[in-house]
Amino acid sequence: MMASIAKLSLWAGYLLVLLALPQFFDSILSISIFNQMAIAIIFALSYNMLLGQGGMLSFGHAVYFGLGGFLAVHTLILIENGSVYFSIIFIPLVGGIFGLLAAIFIGSFSTRKAGTVFAMISLGIGELIAASSLIFVSFFGGEAGVSGDRTFGPLFFGVDFAQDLEIYYLAAIWVFIATVFMYLFTQTPAGRMANAVRDNPERAEFIGYSARRVRFISFCASGLFAGIAGGLFALNYEFITEENLNAATSGRVLLMAYIGGLGYFIGPIIGAVVLTLMNSLLSNYSELWLLYLGVLFLLTVMFLPRGFAGLIMMHQVAWLRGTLRRLALPYLITGIPAFIFILASIAMIELSHTDGEVFHYLGVSLERGSSIDWMLIGGIAIAAFLATRKSLQQLKDAWEDANTLPGDEDS
Amino acid sequence: MGILTLTAVHKNFGETEIIRGVSLDIEQGEKHAIIGPNGAGKSTLFHLISGLHRVTTGTITFKQNEIQNKTPYEVSRLGLTRSFQVTNIFARMNVFENVRCALLWSSGYRYSFWHLLGSQGEINDRAMEVLDQIGLKNKALFPAGELAYAQQRALELGIAIAGGAELIMLDEPVAGMSHSEASNAVDLIRRVTAGKTLIMVEHDMNIVFDLADRISVLVYGEIIASDKPENIRANSRVQEAYLGEVGSNA
Repeated sequence: MMASIAKLSLWAGYLLVLLALPQFFDSILSISIFNQMAIAIIFALSYNMLLGQGGMLSFGHAVYFGLGGFLAVHTLILIENGSVYFSIIFIPLVGGIFGLLAAIFIGSFSTRKAGTVFAMISLGIGELIAASSLIFVSFFGGEAGVSGDRTFGPLFFGVDFAQDLEIYYLAAIWVFIATVFMYLFTQTPAGRMANAVRDNPERAEFIGYSARRVRFISFCASGLFAGIAGGLFALNYEFITEENLNAATSGRVLLMAYIGGLGYFIGPIIGAVVLTLMNSLLSNYSELWLLYLGVLFLLTVMFLPRGFAGLIMMHQVAWLRGTLRRLALPYLITGIPAFIFILASIAMIELSHTDGEVFHYLGVSLERGSSIDWMLIGGIAIAAFLATRKSLQQLKDAWEDANTLPGDEDS
Repeated sequence: MGILTLTAVHKNFGETEIIRGVSLDIEQGEKHAIIGPNGAGKSTLFHLISGLHRVTTGTITFKQNEIQNKTPYEVSRLGLTRSFQVTNIFARMNVFENVRCALLWSSGYRYSFWHLLGSQGEINDRAMEVLDQIGLKNKALFPAGELAYAQQRALELGIAIAGGAELIMLDEPVAGMSHSEASNAVDLIRRVTAGKTLIMVEHDMNIVFDLADRISVLVYGEIIASDKPENIRANSRVQEAYLGEVGSNA
């Protein structure tokens, strides 16, 4: 009972945050970022149904997102022409249904095996659809894509969704609904068996389940939600192009889910938020943001195989034991030189990339031609790196201390 | 005719004949052990019965159904379950989930994505009962992959028996266990297979003679004897082919 109340309040909190965000950040830029986040959250969660929960590594998940999005834009055009008549709030569902249909068709043969075979088929299908999008111009609109207008159709309680903010509230509701249903899916027999098939497809067959059928169901559900995300994208941008179903988009959703943490339901949400922020904010400051994203991904794979969500969950034991506070100072001792090292490294990277002779960085003007500047930053970077390395031991000790019960020390 | 009947079962892998005409009739409620030297084809025989491999020729009948061409999940749904020689569990799921998944099909959930399993109700109670039976109740929320070896073997058994199958096949259930672990495991096997039909492959002769009503000796893909334990012990062909060899190794 207590557990279910805690769970319900968690969901209520999630809804509240979604609805309250524009009250605190109401600039045009933040609303546009929130809309991107909403789309990314649904898309990344749907990807996690494949990889995190079902053990299917897909390199072509954008296909379902993009196809859903294309059909959504075409539906907007139909609404505009007066051929069909319904409120645009249902457009994400149109995208979802098309994503589902595509997944039923492609999943019928691609889910036969997991592992490399599945990954290669997903890659092939992704390339195939991306290539077709430039061939079947009447549906995909060639390189320019297709565009629509979301302000036609019947008003929804007087709202015509001309403003991005109105779209945000619509997106927030869809994100909430989609998150709830994707979570509930994990609690059903099909969702639990998806985990079982991920862990051990052979054994799953000996408890009565066809691994292929179990994968197929997850695959279809995943296609449905990817399509919903695509439909939301169509509503938000009112246009869609081949870029939204190609390998780059497929790669981005993989990064989101992975960096966020595949093993946890909340992981892809974290990943979607972090990557959208990086994408929108960092790209304003540096042309090299993709490089930083790549480094972040590498570091995550190497040092945080369970992603950001895993990093947070690692602290559960210390939190429950009330020893979390003991970690604060050790984290600072390691964190400060590590932060300086990162800043100095970025300075060197940006300085070697800058077009001008002078690079303004953190209130300092660095000269590209000045060897003194280079030596200075290099020296700081090396010193900070060594200090970070030296401080790791105390962090390890503090970690042991915070995670060991008083009684365990003898062992 | 018994619950499981094998008639002239052959299995070739390429040119190599692994199972060379096995016929066997297992009675309902029987505890049957299959013994034989390494490479005799015991595990292959298990794989043929449980649907992992297809027979080359011959028929296998389980409860009046011909199962030699069925997939593992079809065979499993008929009420035939098995464990594996190498621990074969759902390593990243917790112990409770492992057992609950093994209960899903027999509880009639099939591929449902419209039922929520929750934490209450019949299937969850039943999963806890099984955990209690196999002595892992206090490990319910523990990741299965991090259990100790003997506990993983117990879980392996729990997954096999959870669905209430009538015929249980155990492939070397106590291999790799210490003496005391093995004796606990034998007690456990006896408890969970009470009233069921059991077929097991096992190398430990004490356990075989202790548990089995009937023993079949498989040597190079053929059953050379199938009889009560005391007769098997006395059989000269068996002693020559198998027991003698074990004796000299021991």
